[in-house]
Amino acid sequence: MTHYAPPLPAAELERNFADIAPPLTPDAAIAEAHRCLYCFDAPCTKACPTHIDVPAFIKKIATGNLRGSARVILDANPMGHSCARACPVEVLCEGACVLNDRDVKPINIALLQRHATDYALERKLRLFAPGRPNGKRVAIVGAGPAGLSCAQDLRRWGYAVTVLEAQDKPGGLNTYGIAEYKMRPATALAEAQMVLDLGVELRTGVVVGRDVGLETLLEEYDAVFVGVGLGSNRGLGIPGEELVGVVDALSFIAHLKSHPYSETPVGRRVAVIGAGNTAIDAVTQAKRLGAERAMIVYRRGEADMRCYHYEYELAKRDGCEFRFHASPRRVLGNARVEGLEVETPAGVEVIACDMVIKALGQTPRAEFVPPAAHPKLFVGGDCANGGAEIVNAAAEGKKGAAAIHRMLGGGHG
Amino acid sequence: MADLRANCAGIESPNPFWLASGPPTNTYGQVARAFDAGWGGAVWKTIGEPIINVYSRYGSVDLGGNRVMGFNNIELITDRPLEDNFREIAEVKRDYPRNALVVSLMVESKREAWHEIVKRTEDAGADGLELNFGCPHGMSERGMGSAVGQVPEYTARILGWVKEVATRPVLAKLTPNVTDVTYIARAARQGGADGLSLINTINSIMGVDLTTFAPLPAVGGKSSHGGYCGPAVKPIALHMVSAVAGDRDVGLPVSGIGGIATWRDAAEFIALGASSVQVCTAVMHYGFRIVEDLADGLSNWMDEVGLRTLDDLRGKALPNVTTWEQLDLNYHLVAEIDYDKCIECELCYVACEDGAHQAIRRHDDADRAGGRHAVEIIEEACVGCNLCSLVCPVDGCIAMKQIPNGAPPVSWKDFTAGRGRLAPRPEHFHVARFG
Ligand SMILES: Cc1cc2nc3c(=O)[nH]c(=O)nc-3n(C[C@H](O)[C@H](O)[C@H](O)COP(=O)(O)OP(=O)(O)OC[C@H]3O[C@@H](n4cnc5c(N)ncnc54)[C@H](O)[C@@H]3O)c2cc1C
Ligand SMILES: Cc1cc2nc3c(=O)[nH]c(=O)nc-3n(C[C@H](O)[C@H](O)[C@H](O)COP(=O)(O)O)c2cc1C
Ligand code: SF4
Repeated sequence: MTHYAPPLPAAELERNFADIAPPLTPDAAIAEAHRCLYCFDAPCTKACPTHIDVPAFIKKIATGNLRGSARVILDANPMGHSCARACPVEVLCEGACVLNDRDVKPINIALLQRHATDYALERKLRLFAPGRPNGKRVAIVGAGPAGLSCAQDLRRWGYAVTVLEAQDKPGGLNTYGIAEYKMRPATALAEAQMVLDLGVELRTGVVVGRDVGLETLLEEYDAVFVGVGLGSNRGLGIPGEELVGVVDALSFIAHLKSHPYSETPVGRRVAVIGAGNTAIDAVTQAKRLGAERAMIVYRRGEADMRCYHYEYELAKRDGCEFRFHASPRRVLGNARVEGLEVETPAGVEVIACDMVIKALGQTPRAEFVPPAAHPKLFVGGDCANGGAEIVNAAAEGKKGAAAIHRMLGGGHG
Repeated sequence: MADLRANCAGIESPNPFWLASGPPTNTYGQVARAFDAGWGGAVWKTIGEPIINVYSRYGSVDLGGNRVMGFNNIELITDRPLEDNFREIAEVKRDYPRNALVVSLMVESKREAWHEIVKRTEDAGADGLELNFGCPHGMSERGMGSAVGQVPEYTARILGWVKEVATRPVLAKLTPNVTDVTYIARAARQGGADGLSLINTINSIMGVDLTTFAPLPAVGGKSSHGGYCGPAVKPIALHMVSAVAGDRDVGLPVSGIGGIATWRDAAEFIALGASSVQVCTAVMHYGFRIVEDLADGLSNWMDEVGLRTLDDLRGKALPNVTTWEQLDLNYHLVAEIDYDKCIECELCYVACEDGAHQAIRRHDDADRAGGRHAVEIIEEACVGCNLCSLVCPVDGCIAMKQIPNGAPPVSWKDFTAGRGRLAPRPEHFHVARFG
């Protein structure tokens, strides 16, 4: 891999992947908490897909009741910690804060949520207890945010819960996909562990559809929840796609997140194809790994990008470049990537690069075609909503749990 | 999980959090919603001969952008017919048998009037009675409320009448508008009270409208003094609660009131001897929902520090309330700055220099460039007064550190009686510094 960028010094890599939003000091958290107006029927709570009672948990920070605060958060959203780190709060709770209307900085809900959940994670607090066993068994396919959130509520209501997970670690994209500077795998695993500690049976390395059939699960369990997320990114469908140096954004990021930074190959000149949030994560992380130039190549214009505005701003601050109105036609090179031929309004051009990252949007999992509707089958998360955020997966996991509970006669959940 | 069950003068409730008598306890609908939200008890809005209220009743002190740090009202007792109140009281008791429902009473100072209202209130099912000897405005002009609570003999006399017929516990609600509340508390005890509730509100004028020169809250350009409450009054209430709870001649259970808004406030009242706590202003500000964190926070904290029941907590701070003459004159402190935390705002400097004892040195830019800190405690001049640590905006930045001086403790009482020796202390008041 001699043509790839030499790894940056370890200290620099560590700095590049450090928390992008460092935690609040206890002082700052209390000062920020006191700014909250404690709205009634608060818009932040309504804006959150899991409807965390935001004023309540913030008020508890102000009164020094951090345990109670974490409980409010994780009760509504078992992924409340990863959400605090990775939610697009500008378009959710913080965007809805009434202070915006007064041209005052909205309450920093994300960092307050992080403050309270850090307290619980650091102390491994047992905030919830499993319910009295009700004799019913539920299988959950996928230990991502959706599956884990489903598992937490089911355990609290007394179900025996078995989670089947293809990877050897739980967490789903929280462990393998979220930008490293937002959350590291160890944090995602600690959060998953809080749920597993409720007495969830986790079987890793089991691919449902290959190692065990969904039909079998539907026969053996009282209900099955499927939260398998999405598969790899869409192919480019252009010549040269098979060359060495053309990689899928997800495997690039997953490699980075499961190896020492210096062991993830990154080109000197990296072209990322796509302009969604995954593309941004790929381009910023390529740059932070040490790519001399990292660039988004997008067939439409700036205004059409599907990523969040603040993610775009972040990539620009990181020194990433943007080629708009450039449609990839061919990946050039013999065996290895040497360039990307694009069509632009000004004609055909070649962008010199030695790595091409595909980030055109995830596709449904090929190996796992969800069967037709079945009364015992419930789905949620990315595989059901086509790909959204952690918080949506958490909300849908909980909704799935409630639906299962209802179906099995356990009240309205 | 800590056991939060409370018992104040025989009135039991699932937790110590009661709504104080006031607007939040005016109707069945409110008290029912409060109990649904988790309140342990409620003291019904004072009933008596219905009155007529003025329009514009409340005033607020806002501080640094925070609303309602202090609150006042010129509202009187209930304006609803007695029959309506009794019917709804009975309905609350029917629907919420486990919650404490105390009814606050105020009638003219006639034996028959008190007898009648006590009997009717008990018939309606009240778990206890609270005699409103505290309302400082309006009612007092008619010889009721604080007009009773300011005179020990009246307090004892009315309690005597009430106890002639009452079968449920009777709490006397005291006014803070007296020179020494323990005299009234002792009179209440002699009159037969089973417990005390305090404090009611404090005489106050909330401000003056500088356009109309109307005092606030204004009623058509005029006002009268009203009753002050809310967070600002908590220290006054804490003192009065501790004074009566710690007084051997009083010896009655206390329901603590005044400025309670968080579980910490509640814990402090209980530590100073309260058996239950009552809340009015904080509920008027934020609603019944605040009880969730009152209970959750208190319970989590009790678990953390290993207190199992309220009995374990009640009065824990009382033995530490003493008289000035008993304090140790040889306990010496000096301020210590944690420079990792210092943000160099220099508020400590100016406070000490102008407002206290000139014991903080400030270094100019040249010195700072040379590696000196912006501010530095002059230990020989520091009298350990706390001021710098109080004005410092950073938590934990300035600590008050005890300096051992080897001298045995000596109180003013001992010292003036010729017992004990004073350790040397800064002679700051003899020193004049210029420039
Ligand atoms: C690069 C990237 C960055 C992102 N950044 C953010 C962000 O900053 N903030 C945010 O809120 N969201 C972000 N998201 C979206 C977020 O990660 C997802 O919405 C969320 O993880 C979806 O959760 P899930 O449980 O539905 O699926 P996943 O997290 O995908 O989990 C599915 C799990 O199912 C397992 N599985 C799959 N097939 C099988 C099978 N056949 N048998 C057994 N197990 C199986 C998988 O191994 C995986 O563990 C990002 C997504 C990507 C791709
Ligand atoms: C608007 C208002 C009306 C009140 N009415 C009564 C009353 O009818 N009877 C009574 O005993 N106390 C009454 N109070 C006093 C409260 O019960 C309580 O003693 C006082 O407000 C202090 O508590 P707080 O700081 O929690 O408000 C009233 C207080 C307010 C603010
Ligand atoms: S609080 Fe209610 S009653 Fe009072 S002025 Fe406002 S609307 Fe009227």
